[in-house]
Amino acid sequence: MTAGRIGAVAVSVFRESVRDRVFYNLLLFAVVLVGASVLVGQMTAGQDIKIIKDLGLAATSLFGLFVAVFIGVGLVWKELERRSVYSLLAKPLRRTELVLGKYLGLALTLAVNVAVMAAVLYLVLAWMWWTSPENLRAAWEAPALDPALLVAFLLIYFQLLLVTAVALFFSTFSSPMLSAALTFGLYVIGHFNADLKHFESIVESKPIVWMLRGLYYLLPNLAPFDVAGEVVHGQAVAGGYVLMTIGYASVYIAFLLAAGAHIFARRDFK
Amino acid sequence: MHAIHTEDLTKDYALGFWRKRPYRALDRLTLDVEGGEVFGLLGPNGAGKTTTLKLLLQLVFPTSGRAEILGRPTGDVAVRRRIGYLPENPYFYDHLTAVELLDYFGRLLGLSSADRAARIPRLLDQVGLGAERRLPLRRYSKGMLQRVGLAQALVNEPEVVFLDEPMSGLDPIGRRMVRELILGLRDRGTTVFFSSHILSDAEAACSRVAILAGGRLVSSGRLADLLAFGIKGWEVVVEGVSREVADKLRAGAASLTPIAEGRYTVELPPSARPDQVMAEFSSAGASVVSINPVRDTLEDFFMRQVAEHGHAREVRL
Ligand SMILES: Nc1ncnc2c1ncn2[C@@H]1O[C@H](COP(=O)(O)OP(=O)(O)O)[C@@H](O)[C@H]1O
Ligand SMILES: [Mg+2]
Repeated sequence: MTAGRIGAVAVSVFRESVRDRVFYNLLLFAVVLVGASVLVGQMTAGQDIKIIKDLGLAATSLFGLFVAVFIGVGLVWKELERRSVYSLLAKPLRRTELVLGKYLGLALTLAVNVAVMAAVLYLVLAWMWWTSPENLRAAWEAPALDPALLVAFLLIYFQLLLVTAVALFFSTFSSPMLSAALTFGLYVIGHFNADLKHFESIVESKPIVWMLRGLYYLLPNLAPFDVAGEVVHGQAVAGGYVLMTIGYASVYIAFLLAAGAHIFARRDFK
Repeated sequence: MHAIHTEDLTKDYALGFWRKRPYRALDRLTLDVEGGEVFGLLGPNGAGKTTTLKLLLQLVFPTSGRAEILGRPTGDVAVRRRIGYLPENPYFYDHLTAVELLDYFGRLLGLSSADRAARIPRLLDQVGLGAERRLPLRRYSKGMLQRVGLAQALVNEPEVVFLDEPMSGLDPIGRRMVRELILGLRDRGTTVFFSSHILSDAEAACSRVAILAGGRLVSSGRLADLLAFGIKGWEVVVEGVSREVADKLRAGAASLTPIAEGRYTVELPPSARPDQVMAEFSSAGASVVSINPVRDTLEDFFMRQVAEHGHAREVRL
């Protein structure tokens, strides 16, 4: 396992995504956010900065989700489909290193993506603050340039890292279409996962309750990554909670990558 | 230690969507290639050449048997530093230029930036890529991709090079470039293992060949022996042939076909000797434009091998 080789693969993924898709994605995000805030500012005369924050965080999640899934499912698949993997794996690069490098490359892309989106949001908020009269500012539940927003962005990023790992895992053995569908499916389920735990109040049958319990622990639980509600309303998010959530993501990602690499390392490239 | 060694190397592919049944693409291939050899793996389409190379690079896993490169098992990552591989109909990354691709691969091979900067332009010159080396690969023709493929296979100055159909997709000038490249590698002591379905490609470069058909080794040995085996006759083009000489030739030769005024194609039996033919024609007042051996195509050769020896048997020439 050599960091240099994994790094070389990661940098190549990053460069590719920067060259084609991600830039437009960011541009679109910035335009949507600025446009929306101007609109909201006109309609409400700057009364509610919460809408902008909500919009910014939701858009970061959504755009990030598309980048994570659509690039994620193609990372490994494209190498196989285009047969570029033949010459690549003739180099001193283990298949596991290839999978890890691809993942880290997209993780880097997403980091830049989320960072730029955060910067755009702060700029828009700064502008809102600048153009709002003193009495309005006083009515805001949280300051415009609230550092707590960074916590929300951080957890969004870890959620995206988890989603990327899911997409990459599926793509080591299925087509991009199927992988994308499965990943989106898990994303949706992941947000309602907590309900599975409380099914015993509705369902009588013990085996079904156990099964749903099992699913609850097996499927990714994504709801905890969403702290936009708290942050926007100026409620504190505990440091311990953030660390726990990041820890959960890291363990889940490690399992997915290990399983994906395991499958990929045994495949025939036909 | 052999440069390349395979032992009963066998690969079954699963065919069929629902009910999988095995299809044997390569059947118990046993082969040794010595260091410094230029070895040709020949056979018609579907013979199992690409499968053999993919097994050697561990892009597919053998059903049974084993393979070694430079005395190490094929899965060994360290040995990849010392080998190069040109896949069949290579394809790389749309968004990279040839220079960027070689730089990326150079990094993976652990080459220093000084080495990369020195070697990459030289290699691209050698394979005949000009200013287009700075264009993204999505704009490359098949022949240009083949050239990039050759360059990336050599970027680490490998000890053993695997080339799958290296001449395919190239024009005659390109084919000559590949031939010269292979001979240059041989002169440096590099082992070259290449596949082709065209006999003349092998003729120009190989010291030894193995012939595959239907996944099985049909024959292996020195190329000269194989070629003598394959000559069916000679085709001579002569010029300045008078009517009388033509009539005289017609009586003796197997066939005589007029091409243009005073110019004929003469077919001679395999026993004819080129030097004698030259002498006889000039004494008859005609001049020889060209003499070419008429050979079996590989397909003809395989058909006969199969007919004579049965499919399963290995024939040593
Ligand atoms: N991925 C695959 N799945 C099923 N059959 C395959 C696959 N790859 C090759 N084959 C079959 O294996 C045989 C050998 O193929 P190949 O090694 O590509 O031959 P060659 O390179 O000599 O043309 C052929 O009959 C081919 O159809
Ligand atoms: Mg082939």
